[in-house]
Amino acid sequence: MTIKMNAQLRWRKFVSNFMLTMTGVCALISVSVLFFILGYLVYHGGASINWDFFTKLPAPVGESGGGMANAILGSAKLLLLATLIGVPIGFFGAVYLAEFSGSTVAFVVRYAADLLNGVPSIVIGIFAYAVAVHPFGHFSTYAGGFALGIMMIPITLRSTEEFLLGVPRSLREGAMALGASKWRTIATVIVPAAYRGILTAILLAFARVAGETAPLLFTALGNRYWSNGFNEPTASLPVMVYNYAISPFDDWHRQAWAAGLVLLGLILVINIIARAVLARGIAIPRS
Amino acid sequence: MATTSTMHPSAGPVLGSRSFFARLRDGDEIARLITFLFAATVVLITLLIVFELWQGSVLPRHKFGFNFFRTSTWDPNFDQFGALPFIFGTLVTSTVALLIAVPLGIGAAIFLAELAPARLSDALEFFIDLLAAVPSVIYGVLGIFIVVPIMRDVIQPALKSTLGFLPLFQGPAFGIGMLTAGLVLSIMVIPYIISVSREVLLSVPRDQREAALALGATRWESTWKVVVPFARTGIMGSIFLALARALGETMAVTMVIGNTPKIAASLFSPGDSIASVIANQFTEATGDLYTQSLIELGLVLFLLTFILNGLARLLIVLTSQRGASHA
Repeated sequence: MTIKMNAQLRWRKFVSNFMLTMTGVCALISVSVLFFILGYLVYHGGASINWDFFTKLPAPVGESGGGMANAILGSAKLLLLATLIGVPIGFFGAVYLAEFSGSTVAFVVRYAADLLNGVPSIVIGIFAYAVAVHPFGHFSTYAGGFALGIMMIPITLRSTEEFLLGVPRSLREGAMALGASKWRTIATVIVPAAYRGILTAILLAFARVAGETAPLLFTALGNRYWSNGFNEPTASLPVMVYNYAISPFDDWHRQAWAAGLVLLGLILVINIIARAVLARGIAIPRS
Repeated sequence: MATTSTMHPSAGPVLGSRSFFARLRDGDEIARLITFLFAATVVLITLLIVFELWQGSVLPRHKFGFNFFRTSTWDPNFDQFGALPFIFGTLVTSTVALLIAVPLGIGAAIFLAELAPARLSDALEFFIDLLAAVPSVIYGVLGIFIVVPIMRDVIQPALKSTLGFLPLFQGPAFGIGMLTAGLVLSIMVIPYIISVSREVLLSVPRDQREAALALGATRWESTWKVVVPFARTGIMGSIFLALARALGETMAVTMVIGNTPKIAASLFSPGDSIASVIANQFTEATGDLYTQSLIELGLVLFLLTFILNGLARLLIVLTSQRGASHA
């Protein structure tokens, strides 16, 4: 009797240890993917990054060499436009939700933002094409920036709102008790108290759209030369990575790795900075 | 003038009893109006997206009606547009992705929430968050240059020699195709499953675990038979969320799926997904019917992700409420 019990217990303990070990293996596999990605990019891309990559235009098809200076500038312009569109709408929208709105309006706006956040990026591309390319008859940096800006709105809005709501009630009441009007309270007490969180939200939204490719395919299109102003099609790093990776030329593959490394490096650095900014400030409010 | 307010104490802020004009003077009503306009823009843009997709796909909806979803001929030269191959490709690649990602992701989430010490769990979660930030096109590059050769030379031949009797694993091994696209997708959605499932598992009240352990359950039994069932709605939510991401994922899939609009039983065969066909053909589409058929595909994708995201959020909210009300 006891021997049988022991055997059963031993079996249950074995199953327990085995399955728990397996969950550890799952975690290990999932996390190691990140290091595989980084390792491959550094290995293949690191060898191909040189000064030309940052300073020269793409070489004509068939010739080797050249760089992606125009794509780097193009990405910067697109992200500037995106920030100018996405951050104000997201930020002020969040202020409205956190400080002014009634529950019904807040529900509608939150719902719309969550819906917008879930829209596949390629569909955002179609929308930007319909609104900002088709009516004007040509692809442009504006259209690409518009598409990326729309993608920044919901991320900025939802996180900013959470951080504003995380500001303690006592701060609000203190300011009101001193006779400050509501908007003064918001501008001088609440937003400054939450600024680390808001900065994090903006940085994460920026990093998220910095690598977006699909919405740019038929808005900013691409360009093998410099793009003047904001009204012409422009090259961008993500689209260059895509076009070069699917091309048949070895030299372009090499440059796709290099561009991928630059792009991923930028995005990971922004992500880490964003989290560092937050870690030194107030605790993260949990949704 | 500066002392006016001290001479009229009634003009000072008395909570709850200030008139509209007092608030207007303070700037509160203006601030409210301005911020409201920004908030309204968000709703407006969302509505405009739906409107543009609907308005932009009038022609194929009138010409093909429901046949758009039932026919599998996609021939721009003869103005024949049937979406079936793309819907098929999207569903197959997403299914493959979930089959791989769900066990791995939930396993990892259990480790992070139940086993790992808090500090290790947070550190790993940090890496998982970074993984979720890797752009789609980077996964595509690794897919083309690393995963495709491995699939072609190692995994597909191995599958063929062991499971080759199934129609799923027959045919020539190109490396590119549905299976590879599904595999790359699975890697991309695992972070979402882990993050959300971990949160949900952490929200399960402590007494549930303790009660199970006190009854003599092993640690695994308490986890698998008590904690996971308690959190199952939320875990389902994380899976729906991952599915929504997988359906709409564009770049990585486009780069490894092979871009051939055909329906084949074999997972080795090249295919095409809704997102990949839009990415590939939108700029070169000539004629309104062609462009609008692609926009209708975009509408389908929008509706699918809309429904899945809504379901996912509902399930996650339900679980965390259950955890809260229980505690």
